[in-house]
Amino acid sequence: MPSDHASGFAPWEDADATPLISFDGVTKRFGAFTAIDNIDLKIYPREFFALLGPSGCGKTTLMRMLGGFEDVTEGTITIDGQNMAGIPANKRAVNMMFQSYALFPHLSVADNIAFGLKRSDMPKSEIQGRVDEMLRLVQLQKFAKRKPHQISGGQRQRVALARALAKAPKLLLLDEPLGALDKKLRQETQFELMDIQEKTGTTFVIVTHDQEEAMTVASRIAVMDNGLLKQVDTPDRVYETPNSVYVADFIGDVNIITGRAAEVGEKTQLIWAEGATPITGMTGSRVAQGEPASFVIRPEKVSINKTEPEAANKVQGKVIDIAYLGNMSTYHVALPDGTIVKSQTANNRRIARRDITWEDQVWLSWTDTAGLVLRD
Amino acid sequence: MRRMTSFNVVSLTVGFAFLYIPMLILVIYSFNASKLVTVWGGFSTKWYGELLQNEAFLDAAWVTIKVGLISSTIATILGTMAAFVLVRSGRFFGRTLFSGMIYAPLVMPEVITGLSLLLLFISIGLPRGVMTIVLAHATFSMCYVSVVVSSRMASFDRSLEEAAYDLGCTGWDAFKSVTLPIIAPAVISGWLLAFTLSLDDLVIASFTAGPSSTTLPIKIFSSVRLGVSPEINALSTIIIAIVTVGVITASITSKRAIVKQQREEQMATP
Repeated sequence: MPSDHASGFAPWEDADATPLISFDGVTKRFGAFTAIDNIDLKIYPREFFALLGPSGCGKTTLMRMLGGFEDVTEGTITIDGQNMAGIPANKRAVNMMFQSYALFPHLSVADNIAFGLKRSDMPKSEIQGRVDEMLRLVQLQKFAKRKPHQISGGQRQRVALARALAKAPKLLLLDEPLGALDKKLRQETQFELMDIQEKTGTTFVIVTHDQEEAMTVASRIAVMDNGLLKQVDTPDRVYETPNSVYVADFIGDVNIITGRAAEVGEKTQLIWAEGATPITGMTGSRVAQGEPASFVIRPEKVSINKTEPEAANKVQGKVIDIAYLGNMSTYHVALPDGTIVKSQTANNRRIARRDITWEDQVWLSWTDTAGLVLRD
Repeated sequence: MRRMTSFNVVSLTVGFAFLYIPMLILVIYSFNASKLVTVWGGFSTKWYGELLQNEAFLDAAWVTIKVGLISSTIATILGTMAAFVLVRSGRFFGRTLFSGMIYAPLVMPEVITGLSLLLLFISIGLPRGVMTIVLAHATFSMCYVSVVVSSRMASFDRSLEEAAYDLGCTGWDAFKSVTLPIIAPAVISGWLLAFTLSLDDLVIASFTAGPSSTTLPIKIFSSVRLGVSPEINALSTIIIAIVTVGVITASITSKRAIVKQQREEQMATP
C-alpha cells in the first residue's frame, strides 16, 4: 500500500525492514488486573511513535516495560535484536523523559545533563563538550548554572529532554512530555520536539492522552483501550479510516449513525431509519451484509445547505444548535428520527452574513466516499 | 495591625512569665557573688571561673558531647535505613507490626527502656561505660530519626530515583547521589533531634552509665542533691546561652534560605 506520508518515511510498509523494538505476545498483569493484553507491535528506527489512549488504558505500563521499570508477565520485548527480559533500566540503551521531568533539584542544569554521562564510559574530558552540545540543542546555554527551581516550566521540560538525550540512547521514551505546559507553549514545543527528533535521529516513543499532540508529532499512532491495541497506523489513516467505532470516536469529532449493512461491496449501503434512503459510504473492516453496523463521518465532511443539493447522500433536518468557535461553526442538526448530525464549516464569511440560523430546515449532504461503514 | 485585647496581653504575659521566669532567675543567680544560692551578694563572674577549674564537670561535659555525637550518628544511620524500608518496600508480611514497633519506643516510659537495657547489658556481660550509654541512646533516638525521615520520604517523588536508574545508576549510587541529597534536610534535623535527646537524657543514662562515665545531666543531678551550688547555675547559664544562639542562628539561616528561594523563583518566571 503506498503511503502518503510527506517524507516518504514508512519502514512499517517494508517487509524487509528490521524493527528496533518488537513486542511479541506481551502481557502484563498486576494481580488479577490485566494491564496489557497479549500485544504484538513493531516500532522501527527513527520513528516518532505515539501511544494514545484514555487514562488507565495501559499506555504508560507499555512504556515503562520498555524502560525497564516494569517486568513482563508473558511474552518478550526485543530492543535492537536483544531480548530485554531481566535487563534492568540502568543497563538499557533507552532513556526516559518523565512526566514530572524528575530533574534533580540539588544539581544545576549542566550537572543534571551530565549526570548520565558521568555514569557512562565516556572519558571525563569529553563530558563537558557533550553537555555544551546538549545545551545548544535545547537553547539553554545561558541557564547552565541555574538550579531547576530557578528556571521556568518550559525550560525545565527542555532540560529533561536534554538530559534524556545526552547519552545518545537508541530509544527515547517520553511520558506525557508536554502535559504540564500551557496550550501555546505546548504547540511550540511539539514542533521543537519533532525538530530535535529529526536532528538526532533517535527513535521516540511518546505516551499521550492528547490526540491533537499525537496527530501533530507522530509518524504512527497506536490507539489503546483496556490493554489492547485498537489500531496502529499513520495519523491520517487513523483519522480517515478508523478500523472501529471506538477509534473513530476517540480521535476527533465524529457523527455516528447506527443501522444495518446492506449490499456490501467496495461501498456499503447502511439502512438506518424506516423509510429513509440508505446511506452510502466506504466499506470498513469486518462489515458483513445484514449485520448491525455504524456509519461514521467527520463533521467537516458534511455540507449544510438551505436548498436541496446534488449529492450521493442527503438528509433533511432542523438546526437545533450552533457552536460558534470563531474560525469555524458547528451546526447540530436533528434528523426526523431524532439522530443528531453535526456539520462543521469554516467561517470564511463574517457572522452577520451567515444565512443559516436556529430552527431552519436544512439539507445535509456528503459524497459516497466521505464516510465509512464500520462493524459495531 | 489589629489591636490586642487586654485579655490577649494578659495571657501572653502570664504565659511567657511562666516559661521564662525560672530560667531568668537561674541566669541572675549565676552572677551572684555569694555562696548561698538564695542570698544576693553582689555581681560577680567568679563561679564561671571556678567552673572551668572543676575537672569533674569538664569530664562529664566531654563524655556527654562524645556520647551525643556518636549515638546520634548511629541513630541517624539506623533510623534512615528503617524509614527507607518502611516507606519503600510496600506491603510485606508483618509491615504493620514493624512500623508499630518503630514508633513504640516513642511512647515507652524511659524508666522501662533504661531498665531493660540495663538487664540486657548485664546479661551479655557488657561492662557499663561510655559504650553502653551510646548504645542506649542510639536505640531510643533512632525512632525519632525514623519518624522525621519517613515523613520526608513519603513525599519524595519516586520518579527522581527512576530517573537516576534510567541514567545508569546502580541502587546504591542512586541513593547516594539523588535520594540522600534531597532528603538531607530531614536527615540533618533527625540527627539534631537525636543529639539533643542524648544531651538531655538523664533517666536512661543513669541506668546504663558506669562509675567512670558520668554524663553532664547525671553530674548536675547528683550535685544538686547535695545542695544547689552557684557553679551549677553558671553551667546552666552557659548551656542556655549555647541553645539560644543555636536556635536563633538556625531560624535566621532558614528564613534567609526561604527568602532566597522565593527571589530565585520569581526570577525564573520569564
